[in-house]
Amino acid sequence: MQIEPSSQISKAVPSEPRVDLDQVKSIIQKYQALPGAMLPVLHAIQDALGYVPSSAVPLIAEQLNLSRAEVHGVISFYHHFRQQPAGRHVVQLCRAEACQAVGADALAAHAKAALGCDFHGTSSDGQFTLEPVYCLGQCACGPSMLIDDDLHARVSSDKFNRLVRAKRGVA
Amino acid sequence: MSITIYVPRDSTALALGANEVAAAIVAEAAKRGQEITLVRNGSRGMFWLEPLVEVATAAGRVGYGPVEPEDVAGLFDADFMAGGQHPLALGLVDEIPYLKKQERLTFARVGITDPVSLDDYLAHEGYQGLQKALAMQSADIVQEVLDSGLRGRGGAAFPTGIKWKTVLGAQSAQKYIVCNADEGDSGTFSDRMIMEDDPFVLIEGMTIAALAVGATRGYIYVRSEYPHAIAALDQAIVTANSCNYLGENILGSGRAFHLEVRKGAGAYICGEETALLESLEGKRGVVRAKPPLPAIEGLFGKPTVINNVISLASVPIILARGAAFYKNYGMGRSLGTLPMQLAGNIRHGGLVEKAFGVTLRELLFDFGGGTASGKPIRAVQVGGPLGPYLPASLFDTKLDYEAFAAVGGMLGHGGIVVFDDSVDMAKQARYAMEFCAVESCGKCTPCRIGSTRGVEVIDKIVAGADTRSQQIHLLRDLCDTMVNGSLCAMGSMTPLPVLSALDHFPEDFTGGALDKAA
Repeated sequence: MQIEPSSQISKAVPSEPRVDLDQVKSIIQKYQALPGAMLPVLHAIQDALGYVPSSAVPLIAEQLNLSRAEVHGVISFYHHFRQQPAGRHVVQLCRAEACQAVGADALAAHAKAALGCDFHGTSSDGQFTLEPVYCLGQCACGPSMLIDDDLHARVSSDKFNRLVRAKRGVA
Repeated sequence: MSITIYVPRDSTALALGANEVAAAIVAEAAKRGQEITLVRNGSRGMFWLEPLVEVATAAGRVGYGPVEPEDVAGLFDADFMAGGQHPLALGLVDEIPYLKKQERLTFARVGITDPVSLDDYLAHEGYQGLQKALAMQSADIVQEVLDSGLRGRGGAAFPTGIKWKTVLGAQSAQKYIVCNADEGDSGTFSDRMIMEDDPFVLIEGMTIAALAVGATRGYIYVRSEYPHAIAALDQAIVTANSCNYLGENILGSGRAFHLEVRKGAGAYICGEETALLESLEGKRGVVRAKPPLPAIEGLFGKPTVINNVISLASVPIILARGAAFYKNYGMGRSLGTLPMQLAGNIRHGGLVEKAFGVTLRELLFDFGGGTASGKPIRAVQVGGPLGPYLPASLFDTKLDYEAFAAVGGMLGHGGIVVFDDSVDMAKQARYAMEFCAVESCGKCTPCRIGSTRGVEVIDKIVAGADTRSQQIHLLRDLCDTMVNGSLCAMGSMTPLPVLSALDHFPEDFTGGALDKAA
């Protein structure tokens, strides 16, 4: 069997970015005294790093006096926490009933085609990760979506394209 | 003279461009050398008019909307600061029929005040309920809430006073107040509006609850999808602490209550109260078997009041005006008001707070104005993703917990999602099962496996196999197992939307071939 050139391997399996474990430790220390500290700790790590790296799991387990399995179990239970880095921008489309009633499914199909990826996927240029979300509380003005921290209501295909172009920095 | 102009900070207004409009107004006023005071108020809940710009005039607040940034220069030209005429002019906002016909008790301040201004809150009857409560015995506060007839507005409709009484009677050195702000149901946004647009009323309601049962610590568990609500609550809590409305010694009474916001992490099941408690404790949001009730063994094993946002936010006015005032609204055993939310394919989507007893038809047509698409309404889902789909023949049902239950419906949290005649009800039924499969906590088999199996069976029915009638039989059987065998409402109520779609709209499952197949 022929061994693939290393450049191709590195393309196929992007290495996990280096994680500053001291930073992770100081985040854990900041929140560990809270009763039920797990979610605040995980939120703070994801807010700082964009995801919860696997290398953080043993540190959290040790500091909160839990098993690694328990920590992993919590991270994997909640949709909000990601175990890999996302694209530069995260696009969250509402898929719930109120938005469905005004064309959320068509918008989802458009978004997938426009970004060239499915839900939970990232566009090939690494710019956009597409996520489903079940209700953003904008049910009177759907379809709604979130790009990074910006909410948008009554999103048409045209509006979607405009917002994505603006994030790409193309007016 | 400085004129006060209001531009909402409610997140739906923001999603429709309110920040851009506010910036344009500030820039245009500066350009013209006109002095203005810009207040970022909450939303009045008339979302088809957002961003709704209001101007304080001698006659009252006049409105213009929906305003785009491009409209701003024209508004100044039309002298809108003196209430001038303009194509977007709406006249006095309080006189707009959609608002005028409502009975706003819980939402009395929403859209009117600056949500994070304690002074504004105090100037609009804020903290009068707490003042009364501080002069009362715990048992008397509980009795007042019992007498008001308030039932949990989160959906289960259990009497709030009874819950509180149980916690009051429980012996423990530590008790908790937990606010369930995991408003995950599609079509509902009243919790979000309270938190974003009048956070002090929730804080006040929780503080009164704490005095009533002897709790010293509280948590508001807010879903991560609501960052604006979290920010508004955090800001209001800081203010309340610094002004002694929260903390070690509330208004010099010697009573303590510490309040904290905790952020969820995108799990629908955490709206179920025991799953929420697990999540608050830092675990997977897996449902607990009851008993013990959270009132006896709740957060960290201690007696806990756990109530929805609207339930707690309804308490201050009950204490301020008295139980008799509140229970004077409503009908039967559904007393007071319910903030209802018109959503989906609706022309005038928004928040309508009315006394119980209004009909679905009045809400859909008198308030909602029919569909946004202009097509006929075919189905309405009331009560979130676990609520049944109702056909037009049931639109005269009165909004009342018992009346709704009598027609197989549920009021839930008051969310009303409208679909026009382009809806495919088999697809909606499939979605209900799919949603349950994605969001099930996995603890019990009927919900975990049943939902996945439900998707497969509906696919077979729709694909039109010659075993269709057999598959429909199987689907009903599966739903029966889920209803009777699931541990919580997630699994036991997912069959409601599925079976209601099948019962009321059978033609969508069979392409009109049901009779032949059956």
